[in-house]
Amino acid sequence: MTPEEILQGLYDETLVGNGPRVLELTEEGLGAGMEPQTLLFDALIPSLEEVGARFERGDFFVPEMLIAGRAMAGAMERLRPLLAETGVQTIGKFLMGTVKGDVHDIGKNLVNIMLEGAGFEVVDLGVQVAPEKFVSAIEEHQPDIVGFSAFLTTTMPMFKANMNALEKAGIRDSVIVMVGGAPVTQEYADAVGADGYAADASQTVKRAKRLLEEKRAKVPA
Amino acid sequence: MLHTVLRSATKEVVLGHDRPFCLIGERINPTGRRIFQEQLREGDLSAIERDVRAQVEGGADVLDVNMGVPLTDEPELLAKAIQMVQGLTDLPICIDSSVVEALEAGLSVYQGRALVNSVTAEDERLELILPLVKKHDAAIIALPNDHDEIPMEADKRVELTRKIVRVATEEYGIDAGDIVIDPLAMPIGADTTTSLVTFEVMRRIRDEIGVNMTCGASNVSFGMPDRHTLNAAWLPMAMTSGLTSAIMDTRTPKVVEAVKAADVFLGHDDWGMAWISAHRAKQAASGT
Repeated sequence: MTPEEILQGLYDETLVGNGPRVLELTEEGLGAGMEPQTLLFDALIPSLEEVGARFERGDFFVPEMLIAGRAMAGAMERLRPLLAETGVQTIGKFLMGTVKGDVHDIGKNLVNIMLEGAGFEVVDLGVQVAPEKFVSAIEEHQPDIVGFSAFLTTTMPMFKANMNALEKAGIRDSVIVMVGGAPVTQEYADAVGADGYAADASQTVKRAKRLLEEKRAKVPA
Repeated sequence: MLHTVLRSATKEVVLGHDRPFCLIGERINPTGRRIFQEQLREGDLSAIERDVRAQVEGGADVLDVNMGVPLTDEPELLAKAIQMVQGLTDLPICIDSSVVEALEAGLSVYQGRALVNSVTAEDERLELILPLVKKHDAAIIALPNDHDEIPMEADKRVELTRKIVRVATEEYGIDAGDIVIDPLAMPIGADTTTSLVTFEVMRRIRDEIGVNMTCGASNVSFGMPDRHTLNAAWLPMAMTSGLTSAIMDTRTPKVVEAVKAADVFLGHDDWGMAWISAHRAKQAASGT
């Protein structure tokens, strides 16, 4: 296969969520001496962006998005150490979790897929994440952005509890805070003092990128 | 045979494994409805009237009332809504909130015997909610999940169901008939095997424990196309596995008719008389 065929194959097979084939093509590309960042930026990321666009238009459904995300994650497991070696930077680190008292994770997982697809490194803390766990994970992973997800009107108040815990730990200003989930509104995000809110997965990616740019413009890295 | 008896001031509805399926209309709920939320925040409850009418006309036996609007006084709002709904219809109500004060406010104004939605198997939730259920002589929906994630194994859900039934009956003197377990129906779009687990949980709860069951039935098709068809297929399968009630949108005839047809085949509609009556009513309405 030519490098072009490998890239096209990776793009097509990621789009349909064929995990084993994506992994094979990744190996084949690396074996042929292709750069890991070429495979990532010229095939995997564009494919996931297309998946997100189709989902947003209503042409793709939840299972299709999940299997495409899984296919990419399989390739990323292989590529991540190589990318780290070559010093390729991710566009940012995103720490994500569903708040304490809440076990819903489908929306959060879709957002994670879109973020990874856009080139973010995502650290997912799972569900039922207590405020103190967010604090210790922020200290450990030093993310650019932390995301709180809540699916219930009754667990949304945990956003405020998390914000208070960040304040108390003295790390509130070290990280951008985004909130989201089915019942969450911009108004509510403002009320708890979050930096950003988005209504769906692809909006989250756009908002996250913009917040990151704004922050980097203010504080030269 | 365990029966769950719900009442309004004038009407009685009974859930049981030998009874027709109980349809709990789900739409009196502002979650995800921005305009409805705005109206409720401004004290405008008029949209409730339209939602109640739609669910009743669709064939609801019970109405779920949820007033979870962020940044409002939920106890006050829920109490008002319940009084309003009871003025509009004689169907019993399922009082839906995770805020204990809201459940209490709702139960205090409710006329009849309510279904409370819901409690989990977590000790502190059981301690807060079960005394209220007992005090107001209500029935309770209970979810077999605890602090961790929703258990994916059937064994764990059955075990937590046993715990809930034991605590409610032995420690709080609640009748086993007044416990309605939600076996946790998850979206098929996120996990291909999830419904098989839920059906197994239903069969085991019916055969080993015998309590009534309900669940949020619209949830199973989340993220998939043509959701009504999926819901209409899922409900008869769940009913065969032991589900005796569901919280669902009764505005969709396709789904409601699938339930009524399953009642005929499961022997819960003697000689199909309810099915035949519904057919005649439809004929009369269309003038044929």
